[in-house]
Amino acid sequence: MRTRRTPLVAAGAAALALLAACGGGEDAGSGGGEASDDIAVAASDTSCDVDATELEAGTHEFTVTNSGSSVNEFYVYAEGDRIMGEVENIAPGVARSLLVELPAGQYQTACKPGMTGDGIRTDLTVTGESEQLSDDEALQAAVADYTRYVSSQVTALQEQTQAFVTAVQAGDVAQAQALYPVARTYWERIEPVAESFGDLDPRVDARENDVEPGDTWTGFHVLERDLWVTGDLSQSGPVADQLVADIDELATRVQDLQLQPLDLANGALALLDEIASGKVTGEEERYSHTDLWDFQANLDGSQAAVQSLRPAIAEADPDLATALDQAFAATQAELAQYASGDGFVLYTTLTPEQVQGLSDSLNALAAQVSQVPAVVAG
Amino acid sequence: MKLSRRDFFGAAGVGAAGVVALGAGGVAAGRAAAADDPAAAGGAGGVVPFHGDHQAGIVTPAQDRLHFVAFDVTTTDRSALVRMLQAWTEAARRMTRGEDAGPIGAVAGDEYAPPDDTGEALGLPPAGLTITIGFGPTLFRTADGVDRFGLADRQPAELVELPAFAGEELRPEISGGDICVQACADDPQVAVHAVRNLARIGQGVVGVCWSQLGFGRTSSTTSDQATPRNLFGFKDGTANLKSDQPQALDRFVWVSGTGTWMDGGSYLVSRRIRMLVEVWDRQNLRDQQDTVGRTKGSGAPIGRTGEFDPVDPATLPATSHVALAHPSSSGTAILRRGYSFVDGSDGLGRLDAGLFFLCYQSDPSTGFVQVQRNLRTDKMNEYVKHTSSGVFACPPGLTGDDDWWGSGLFA
Repeated sequence: MRTRRTPLVAAGAAALALLAACGGGEDAGSGGGEASDDIAVAASDTSCDVDATELEAGTHEFTVTNSGSSVNEFYVYAEGDRIMGEVENIAPGVARSLLVELPAGQYQTACKPGMTGDGIRTDLTVTGESEQLSDDEALQAAVADYTRYVSSQVTALQEQTQAFVTAVQAGDVAQAQALYPVARTYWERIEPVAESFGDLDPRVDARENDVEPGDTWTGFHVLERDLWVTGDLSQSGPVADQLVADIDELATRVQDLQLQPLDLANGALALLDEIASGKVTGEEERYSHTDLWDFQANLDGSQAAVQSLRPAIAEADPDLATALDQAFAATQAELAQYASGDGFVLYTTLTPEQVQGLSDSLNALAAQVSQVPAVVAG
Repeated sequence: MKLSRRDFFGAAGVGAAGVVALGAGGVAAGRAAAADDPAAAGGAGGVVPFHGDHQAGIVTPAQDRLHFVAFDVTTTDRSALVRMLQAWTEAARRMTRGEDAGPIGAVAGDEYAPPDDTGEALGLPPAGLTITIGFGPTLFRTADGVDRFGLADRQPAELVELPAFAGEELRPEISGGDICVQACADDPQVAVHAVRNLARIGQGVVGVCWSQLGFGRTSSTTSDQATPRNLFGFKDGTANLKSDQPQALDRFVWVSGTGTWMDGGSYLVSRRIRMLVEVWDRQNLRDQQDTVGRTKGSGAPIGRTGEFDPVDPATLPATSHVALAHPSSSGTAILRRGYSFVDGSDGLGRLDAGLFFLCYQSDPSTGFVQVQRNLRTDKMNEYVKHTSSGVFACPPGLTGDDDWWGSGLFA
């Protein structure tokens, strides 16, 4: 946890509830358009079969069924991995649907078994009228896209935190340890948003040395210590209950979230700074050493924010848009070397050279992302 | 032939091949003249008086370079410690005058004896050298409560370990210390020479616990010094206490009225503050200025035009550094005397750089501790990590040639 400089809450943009229509929503019916179809997606741990390769421009519904053993995710990407819609946290055996509005263009669908990596991709062509957005409209669309992304992450965060806490309260150390980095993934993807609610972030994400002597230490990292250091969950109940309550409060407060385009740009950089100051040094997850899960989540969250701005960036500075695509891909590839199973190797197994490689890649990426605010503000 | 550092210095301009010993009297007269002129103190090559009501190196115009060192006392023999402090005082007295550390010198003694000066300052001017000593809490009682030197009842109530602060990541191996020495000079080699010779003299009695080099003073301590910039690129120390504000110094910096050996002294807090400069450097200018609370160019408070325009925290971003650190917010003031550092890299392709923060106050609990507590929500916390901490009691100045560091403490 670090306190963040630029408040992500800013007046001016439309509220979340009004924006949900723009990019589709996780729940059918919450979007603006009526879906004329229901495209089946058969997801497993190794495949992702989408029952369509060509669609008419308009609102479409995808229903994703996970027949694998890993938690899955489904994305629809526009050029540059701009997320048009996604559905999170699809547990094994579960089907979830996604409503997404797709203008004419080239897209890719992706399943992400284990929630990591590039995912299993399939091309998708949408034909029909292509809309031409003004600069301002492009920025407003970016805000709408990203706001929807935040909303869906928060929903998944509530679900996964509840699952994690249930394991803690059952005294199931192994299960809780397995669910800990998964729940945190949804937190870390949108951390700058949470940090904009000043008091929530320290309650949820403070590390032991972040707490002023005399104050009570609460949140994820208390449970991390209980799970990995003491292995004693008998006193963890109140902290676990508080964590669920705090995440629920976050979900409530996010409903009134109002973002500006500049918030997306600054938030994208903030997430990379989070990696630089806490994850790449192994300080964030000092007991569990699951720092690379957080690394991936911060990176994905940053990419989501940048790519929602991508049409505006591509219009104003095409070279920067290309450079951003390449830099994100390079850092994703650097990190993917350390993927293991449904997650990553522990931070403590990395050699100094490997850590340096991650750090160098991150710095190169951050240098590109730091140019985005001026483009957006320009 | 006796050839010493002051001879080299006095002979400057004679030519390398023709360096010979000059009459000591003539050189001494030159040094003495500099010492008598306060305006010259601290200027390039000048001598800062070693004796006075207060130790030099506190309100002395901040020199450009620092070598700070913390020692641990390795003996339990009180008389050995006293003898060493007396020897240190004599060496410091000589070195601040631009002389060799010992009476024989670096190159004049028995060729079978190690020289009583290490020699690297031969030919260098006094360079405004000040050597300031402080005593840490562990000199009085070890962490285990052991009173090694019969000093426990002399420990000032104000000299206690600092409380923990949120977000700090202190490394014990570069924190604390029984005794500290702050050597400041306008030539880095002069400062290093001073510390090195004290360490040499102290062998067997003290060992170096940790040390820190600094460059580019980050605070001005007189009104006629231009405000320098720290490694964030911002002017630092605009609103610092200044040596020409005697009433403020008496209130906030000097210990008085305690009737103890500390009257006329001051408490020193040291903090090694790592700056995440690579992260900082990719923040946009507006964000940087909102973090500091001042504009980067002029140093003016945001919304004002001049560097020294009054600071009104209510008109600054509420979590900006200046809004929270300014005396009108913190309710207190400290004399800052920090230096920038770059200690190589951190192994992650980044500079291990930052601010070695030094500040003086009449009581740490109403000085640094009060200020730092008020910085809890400081936006700058995002970009800094405190990695080392120390607190030391710096005794008053020396009265004359017979006085020595610790004379009051060990009386």
